[in-house]
Amino acid sequence: MIAFNKYYNHFNLLSSVLIVVSLLLLIFKGLNFGIDFKGGTLIELRASDSKINVSSLRDRFNQMDLGDVSVKKFGNDTDFLVKFENKDNKKNIIEEIKTNLDKSFGNNYDFRRVENVGPKVSAELLKSGVIAISLSLALMLIYIWIRFEWQFSLGAILALFHDVIVTLGVFSLFSLEINLSIIAAVLTIVGYSMNDTVVIFDRVRENLRKYSDIKIFELTNISINETLSRTIITSATTLLALLAIYFFGGEILKGFSLAMILGVVFGTYSSIYIANTVLVRLRVSQKTVLREDDQK
Amino acid sequence: MLYFSKLRILFITLFSVLFILIASSNLFKFDDDFFDKKINLGLDLQGGSYLLLEIDNEPVIEQKLQNLTTTIRNYFKEKNIKINNIKIDNQNIFFNVTNNDKQSVLDVFQDENSDLNPYYPRFKSHQLEIEDTGLNLKVNFSRQGLIKLKTSSQDQAIEIVRRRVDEVGTNEPNILKRGNNRILVELPGLDDPMRIKSLLGKTANLTFRFVTNDENDRFGVEKLKFENGLEEATVSKRIIISGENLLDAQPKMDTQANQTIVSFTLDRVGAKRFGKATSTGIGKQLAIVLDGKIISAPVVRDTIASGSGQISGGFTFQTATDLALLLRSGALPAPLEIIEERTVGPDLGQDSINAGMIALAIGFMLVIIFMFVKYKIFGLITNVTLIVNLFILLGVLTLFEATLTLPGIAGIILTVGMAVDANVLIFERIKEELKDETNNILAFDGGYTKSRTAILDANITTLLAAIILFFMGSGPVKGFAVTLGVGIFTTLFSVYFIARLFTSIYVSRNKDKEKLI
Repeated sequence: MIAFNKYYNHFNLLSSVLIVVSLLLLIFKGLNFGIDFKGGTLIELRASDSKINVSSLRDRFNQMDLGDVSVKKFGNDTDFLVKFENKDNKKNIIEEIKTNLDKSFGNNYDFRRVENVGPKVSAELLKSGVIAISLSLALMLIYIWIRFEWQFSLGAILALFHDVIVTLGVFSLFSLEINLSIIAAVLTIVGYSMNDTVVIFDRVRENLRKYSDIKIFELTNISINETLSRTIITSATTLLALLAIYFFGGEILKGFSLAMILGVVFGTYSSIYIANTVLVRLRVSQKTVLREDDQK
Repeated sequence: MLYFSKLRILFITLFSVLFILIASSNLFKFDDDFFDKKINLGLDLQGGSYLLLEIDNEPVIEQKLQNLTTTIRNYFKEKNIKINNIKIDNQNIFFNVTNNDKQSVLDVFQDENSDLNPYYPRFKSHQLEIEDTGLNLKVNFSRQGLIKLKTSSQDQAIEIVRRRVDEVGTNEPNILKRGNNRILVELPGLDDPMRIKSLLGKTANLTFRFVTNDENDRFGVEKLKFENGLEEATVSKRIIISGENLLDAQPKMDTQANQTIVSFTLDRVGAKRFGKATSTGIGKQLAIVLDGKIISAPVVRDTIASGSGQISGGFTFQTATDLALLLRSGALPAPLEIIEERTVGPDLGQDSINAGMIALAIGFMLVIIFMFVKYKIFGLITNVTLIVNLFILLGVLTLFEATLTLPGIAGIILTVGMAVDANVLIFERIKEELKDETNNILAFDGGYTKSRTAILDANITTLLAAIILFFMGSGPVKGFAVTLGVGIFTTLFSVYFIARLFTSIYVSRNKDKEKLI
């Protein structure tokens, strides 16, 4: 049996630091919102001429007065991702850009993807993203509140917040782009993290009923160990699937799968080191579950 | 938990086979409608254009208020009630009343049978609201009145949009209402949406009006620019004929002048008016105005009574074709703005499919190898279940003709990764049971029973997340929610029926074997 409980305090401290640092990052550095949430235009371009590279593209686009332009390589050497604000929301902007690029590069390039999100839509998308995440947290709270005693609910929700905040913190730290698919990833993380926590909690509660003489400090450790191989196997297979998406699923899914990978790692960690420690700190005992049983 | 009746085995087999067949129907072509179901590929996978249009209702509201002032003025004139100083300011109509007439004016607006101010019993609201601010009254649209106005202009606009898109002839466009002032247009397979974008961006409000030098024209005048943006002309506000009077419009080659023109045919009313105007207006310039710009202003040489005519204006064949198309499909009630556009080229879509399939294959292989190494014979059972699960998932998606997107493929891969969870929970529980239980069958029974709540909890939480995503997400993300959500149900089915069936067969044959798992 691994003595997970020996490190409860250490990891609580670590988690607190992680959360504080993430919050500071989110407040002061902020998130790198993609055009979905910031508005603007995105062009994915494939070149068939080696003359076309990041710097020559940047030159051309900067001459076109489009506001802030970012040009990046996208996946391989011939693909580029161009993003700009399109502040005035010009109507025929794509046509203009094509005519302009034709002059310099002829027919040696191809627009593979064009996305243009107006300021109104991006504001709405951001709002619905925030609502979706809040709503999912609220629903999880309600669900766990119905299923378990309040001490458990608090533990699970704290673990959830930890996972969401720290994942977003990592995205802020490395300036990774937040777009619609990241919201989907965060929601899935919420589901996964909850799932992981609930499985351990289920066992904690079962053991609370079974043993009246074991203190919660020990009992959580027993429960974690009993469910440990399941925790490891499920995270492993989920991570294997996600790694496959990350490495082979193409550029578009990179951010999404990265967020999920982070979420699975944090989710697994928080089930053990946040959710359970809350139970310990709240001195959950056999009485906690039996009282609830009596009421039912 | 380990006992299966013959009937149940039959049911499980039939069910699985059915969905495997449905899933494989994606690969074949069937003549029969029921079997010829396919998973739809989202725009991000098959390539195509997604356009979100917003109707700018401001001009419509302005126009309606303008008409209303006339109606109100005439209405009260007829009733011999004096109102004066009627004007529009910031989408409100203001007018003055005398102390004596005030109550009767208010009554007219608040009467449920009023023909001036329609009443909607369903919403318990009038079209217009009147605010009593002393002797100066303020009238504006009520909330319901505005909603009615918006939905009606949306209804008209979506019809015109549909006609224009159909005329261009893309395959299976999807045109839907969004809210009460937006229209969603999905154009699968369309690589370059520029032509459609420019067609949808035009209101196509066509009028024929005389050019005049008389500033005191009875109908008022306005200065309009020509299409080229250089010249200007003063045009009467009196409309001879408008786009509504057109029956047909076609691009033609005028061989005499060697230029492309648009020839049009007028309806009966239009032909009459056009004939009259051209007979009285010989020698005058008739301006052809489209969306506030003059296309051309030819001099009337003859009376045109045939009800047909032509527009020239230095068109290329393409611009003439587009103008004819716009005129045929009619004018939009209000200008449209494209507020969101997402276009994916077909080769990127194919690349995404390929990448998704490779990721699925690799993810699947990794999970299968992992499970086999970890659980041997039970790993094998899990793996067979996983494969059947994948087919059932695809089968369900096919049956409902769901739309598969790139994130949707990610959802399938993720389902593969998470689907083993339930089996792992059961197997681990069985292992624990076997520590104190010598009877294999009882241990397996206990494993299944005792892991049930955890499995249920785990899947409900994921399902909740998927449901929220489905309702809040848009486009590709919705596809992810669909595969994730459907995946939960197929996983539960395959774990509790298929995997359990195999397990029960294996365990009953090895009742007395030690170290079963």
